[in-house]
Order: sequence, then C-alpha cells, then structure tokens
Amino acid sequence: MLETWFLFQRNLSAFWRAFRRNRMGMAGAVLLLSAVLVALFAPLLSPYEPTTVIRDPSGRGLTFAPPSVHGPLGTDDAGRDVWTQLVYGARISLLVGFLAGLIAMFIGSLLGILAGYFGGWLDMLLMRVTDVLLVIPDLPLMLVLVATLRQMELKISPLVVLILVIGLLYWTSTARLVRSQVLSIKERQFVARARAIGAGHVHIIRKHIVPQILPLIVANTVLILSTAILVESGLAFLGLGDPTQPSWGTMLNFAFDRNAISNGAWWFYLPPGLAIVWVSLGCVLLGNVLEEMLNPRLTAHHLEGEASVRPAGEETLHE
Amino acid sequence: MSDFPLLVVENLRKYFPVAPSLSDLFSRRPPKIVKAVDGVSFSLARGEVLAIVGESGCGKTTIARTLIGLEQETEGRILFDGQPIGMRERRTLAGLAMLESTTPAARDVQTLPRLPLKRLRQQAQMIFQDPYESLNPRATIFEIVAEPLVVHGLARQRTEQIARVKAALEDAGLRPAEEYFLRYPHELSGGQRQRVVIAGAMVLSPKLLIADEPVSMLDVSIRAEILNLLRDLRQQRGISIVFITHDLGTVSYFADRIAVMYLGRIVETGLTAEVLKNPQHPYTKALLSVVPVPNPRLRRERVILQGETPNPANLPTGCRFHPRCPAAIAPCRVVDPPPIQVSETQQAACLLVKTPSPAP
Ligand SMILES: Nc1ncnc2c1ncn2[C@@H]1O[C@H](COP(=O)(O)OP(=O)(O)OP(=O)(O)O)[C@@H](O)[C@H]1O
Ligand SMILES: [Mg+2]
Repeated sequence: MLETWFLFQRNLSAFWRAFRRNRMGMAGAVLLLSAVLVALFAPLLSPYEPTTVIRDPSGRGLTFAPPSVHGPLGTDDAGRDVWTQLVYGARISLLVGFLAGLIAMFIGSLLGILAGYFGGWLDMLLMRVTDVLLVIPDLPLMLVLVATLRQMELKISPLVVLILVIGLLYWTSTARLVRSQVLSIKERQFVARARAIGAGHVHIIRKHIVPQILPLIVANTVLILSTAILVESGLAFLGLGDPTQPSWGTMLNFAFDRNAISNGAWWFYLPPGLAIVWVSLGCVLLGNVLEEMLNPRLTAHHLEGEASVRPAGEETLHE
Repeated sequence: MSDFPLLVVENLRKYFPVAPSLSDLFSRRPPKIVKAVDGVSFSLARGEVLAIVGESGCGKTTIARTLIGLEQETEGRILFDGQPIGMRERRTLAGLAMLESTTPAARDVQTLPRLPLKRLRQQAQMIFQDPYESLNPRATIFEIVAEPLVVHGLARQRTEQIARVKAALEDAGLRPAEEYFLRYPHELSGGQRQRVVIAGAMVLSPKLLIADEPVSMLDVSIRAEILNLLRDLRQQRGISIVFITHDLGTVSYFADRIAVMYLGRIVETGLTAEVLKNPQHPYTKALLSVVPVPNPRLRRERVILQGETPNPANLPTGCRFHPRCPAAIAPCRVVDPPPIQVSETQQAACLLVKTPSPAP
C-alpha cells in the first residue's frame, strides 16, 4: 500500500539521519558491509579458483610462497592462492553465520513471544530448557552433535549440519530477551486498550507486541550473527567444517594442520584470523549501536512529547 | 428504546490476592487479599451520565476494568442491556460454580443468553486514564482509530473505513482529519492524544462509554476542552457514560448522578445537584469542603481528613470510614452501616444519617 511505503520511507530516513552521525555504528556497518561485498563479488576479486595451484615457470607448485613472491597474500602448503581462498571463504563463513543466525533469531523470537505473552506451562518449559542449555557447555555439546550427525551419514552436506546445530542451540539468549520485553509490553495500557476494544490474541501479538520488539530483534540478530560466525569458525578449526567448501575456520584448520606456524608462513594463518575478527567486530559494533538506538526500554514513553520527535538515540551524538 | 437500564451492577466484588511476604510464608498466616471493590451496586439509565468519585486507590479503575471484562469479578453480577456479562456467568454455565445456581436470581440469569465479551466490547468502550500510554507508539493515528472497525470486521471497504475514521476524528475535534492520519502518537500533545482515544472509542458508536479519569493526566488548561467534548458527544449521541474522577470539581460539569466511593464501597449516591447541595455522608462532606468554590461567601467550613486512606488489604472493622471520620461515634467501630434512603434518589451509608430528611 502506498501509505505504508511512505511511512516506511519516512521512518527509515529518520533512522538513517540519526545513525549516520554515530561513528561506532557506521564503522561496524562498513566492516560488515565490506565483508558481504567481498563474498558477493568473490569471482571478480581474484583470477583464480580457490583450488587452482600456482606454479613457477618451471611448472612446480609454489608452496608457502610469501606475499613478496606471489599475489597479495602468498600461497599455502599446496601452492594455492591464499587471497583467493580468503575471498571465497567469506562466502561460506557468512552464509553459515547468516543462516544459523536467522534460524536462532526466528526460534528465539517465536518462543520468547509465546512464552512471554501466554505465560503458564509454556513459559515454565521454555525457561527450564534455556536453563539447561545455559549450563551445558556449548562447544563439547556441539562437537558431539556435529560428529554424531556426520557419523549417521545422512545425505546432507556438512555445512547444513553446522547451520542447523548452531541455529538450534543459540536461540536461548534471544528468547529470554524477547520474553522479558513481551512481559513488560503486555502490561502496558495500549495492550489493555486493544483488549478492551475486543481484539484477540493474534491481533494483539501482530499489531501491538511485534512492532515494539522488532527493532530489538533486528539488533539482536546482528549480535547473534557474530556469535554464529565465531562458533562456525571454532567448529571448522576443529575439523568439523566442509573441506570441499572451506570457510575461514577451515583455512585456519588447514594452516595448523600443515605446520604453517613452524614454517613461518604467517600469510597463511593471519588473514583468515583477522577476517573473522573483522566481521565479528563489525557485527558487535553495529549490533550494540542498533540495540542502543532501538531498545524500547531506553526510549522513555512519558517524556515522548517534544523530546522524542527527534529519533531516539540521537543523545549518543553529543558525547 | 427499552426502558430497563442499560447497565445494572449488583453487589460487585473484586478481590486481588496479595503475593505473600517471606514472613507470611513462615508464620503460615492465611493469604491476604486486597478488597479493591467490595460490594458495589448501581445502575445506569440510557443516556445517563454517572460520576464515580473517590480518592486514589478506592477501586474506581478496578470497577471500570471489570465492566469491560478486563478483570474477572470475584462475585456479583453485571447486566448490560439486560444480558449478563463476565466470566463468572460463563463458569456458572459450565457448572463450576454450583453454589450460585441454588439462588433463584442466579437461575434467572442462567436462562438468559450471555453477552459474549466481543459483543460487549463493540457496544461499550473504555477511555483510559493516561493518554500517553494508551496509544501504541508504533501505530499511526489512522490505524489506531480504525482498529476497532478492523477487529470487529466492520467497514471492510477501504473507502468506508476512511470515511468513518475521518468522521470520528472530526467529531473528536481533530480537524482536518486527514492531517492526522499518518502521524504517530508522539507527534501529538496530550489533549490531542486523548481526542484520538475518544475518536477510537466513538468510531463504533457504542451505547456505553466508560471514562476512567479522562482528564487527570492532562494539563489543566485543556481539561475543560476534553470535558466539553465528552458532554457534546453525550448530548448529540445520547450515549451513557460512566465517568470516573477523583475531582468533585469536574463532576457538576455534566454528571446526572454521583456515586461517592470509599475503599471499595459506594458510600453515597444521588442526583448531582442533590449530593453537591446536601451531602449526607461525612466523607462526601469532607470531599466537598476542599473543592474550590468561586464565590467566597459560599465557602464551606473545611474538613481536613485525618490520616491516610487505610490499606484495602487491611480494612477497619465496622464502618470502614470511622478511623478518619470527624463525626464518628462508638457504634461506628462495630456496625458496618447499610445504605440508608435519604430521599427518593439519594442514599448514604452512614449511621448518623437521619431518614428521611426534609427536602431542601
Ligand atoms: N492487579 C492488581 N493486583 C493487586 N492489587 C490491585 C490490582 N489492581 C488494583 N489493585 C489494588 O486495588 C486497589 C484499587 O485500585 P484501583 O486502581 O481500582 O484504584 P483507583 O480508584 O482507580 O485509584 P487511582 O485514582 O489512583 O487510579 C488499590 O489498592 C490497588 O493497589
Ligand atoms: Mg485509577
């Protein structure tokens, strides 16, 4: 509908005006966006395939060639171009991170909304499950899960296994956050008013609860994304990635496997490590700023009068 | 138009359980309850405005919320347009409250078809106390005013929806209405927001409006405008209004009758002129004495009430007003006074009331 589009544009431009002036947020967005662009345009950024072996004029593979000898980032133990692996690795790392993060966000928001809104046994059950998931150490649990799923030789790609395992384990913090927000929103007067005009649960959740927490969910998703990418890197580093589709974590795993450190081949292990830091730093910066700007708890309802005609979060500009 | 009242409330009670403290748990005291509304009866004729007046915490909002079905009554009966409403009736039908079915009155009610909450909420609308909190901050004014239509599946045609929202906004004094359609609540002043709330309440043309302190959160300068708006709506549409306020000063504005509440009970009720001119209950007198009167020669002697409102979780014995009553006598500590007919229309629940008083 036309007016919906108009409102969306108006809200977006108000948000953008405030966001543009926030340095941390912009830095985070630039870090994250650059990684996404690299992943999207990987074939344009390198003349090679990730598996192409670079050969010297005599036809022998160039192994462990430093950046001064070949390309921007040298070659690995098998003579493959590290830069090429890095840009293609971005695809795998980001894909797994995004999909796992989206799954976690979706499950967490849905369960958080239902538990917070309806309460009762559903809420009890959810809280107990998150308690259990919180006390079980993540990494060993995931190692066991991924390894078991691999063993079962289901015909699914190792990447899908990773995505599912991460997505199905990391929804708890979102669920708790959403639940606590819903608990406070459902006590507010506009929800009572909606009930008093005869609105049902579905209408109240869709029109009154979700719009309040959506910004928070967006911010939280960006933070979850960084967790998902880090976890994927960790698992891939431990050898649980897909060797045919190497992510940054898989690259690290190769580097350590092939004695890159004892060979002094820093160009083999530093770039993927820094890339992981690059993206997760971007996510954390962006996520924190978004959370600060969009968190409904931080925008006072009662003082909304003139003060908040300015979009919330502009205060952060004057530090 | 039928001649039975639009709204009949009989012996309404609403008790809230109080979360026990740790020491309560150890000493195994019986769980405490807050008697927020404790036996309230009144009726409202079609087109009538009843003001419910009382101090903070006396249970006014609880009555309003129970009337619209946001709270489940602990006991009592609410008849809207002759039909029982509320969850309790539903439970009776389900056979859960066996006790009730033994009284003849309850059996009568059971044979009546119950009014579903959704139907009630189409015909009765509530205006909440705080206009800053009763509008969804992420919905536009159009969405807010159109919401009742959407919820009840009315005016499905877009053009009809726009026409009705426009008419409701203009009736509420927001002109030109189109300018407000795409604005958000935080872009409006408190008075404008309360007008939006009123527009949203009137868009369904309800029979009953429950206004819970509609102006108490507003700037003094715009209170009169909002009250005038409500009065005009009532005159033009002839709807009934339950007007809740803690300020006796606003009552004479447009209330036909007054019910004065103290700690969950109605202590005095009567026609507005009657009660204001000739208050019978000491509590009403005290309330009236602090209302500013324009003419200094008419000023009454000020009665300053001693002490705080007692806690509704811990009611005094006898008359619940006696610890603060300037006229209390010994029996007041033991006897809980029933309502006494003062005139044909006026009642007061006080042992000191002489019956019947000569007409003033
Ligand atoms: N949900 C609840 N749980 C427990 N106690 C409640 C609840 N709602 C109201 N009460 C108590 O019931 C009593 C009456 O409250 P109510 O809100 O009806 O008062 P009020 O007359 O509307 O006061 P005000 O003028 O401040 O709005 C108060 O003591 C209040 O603490
Ligand atoms: Mg109240």
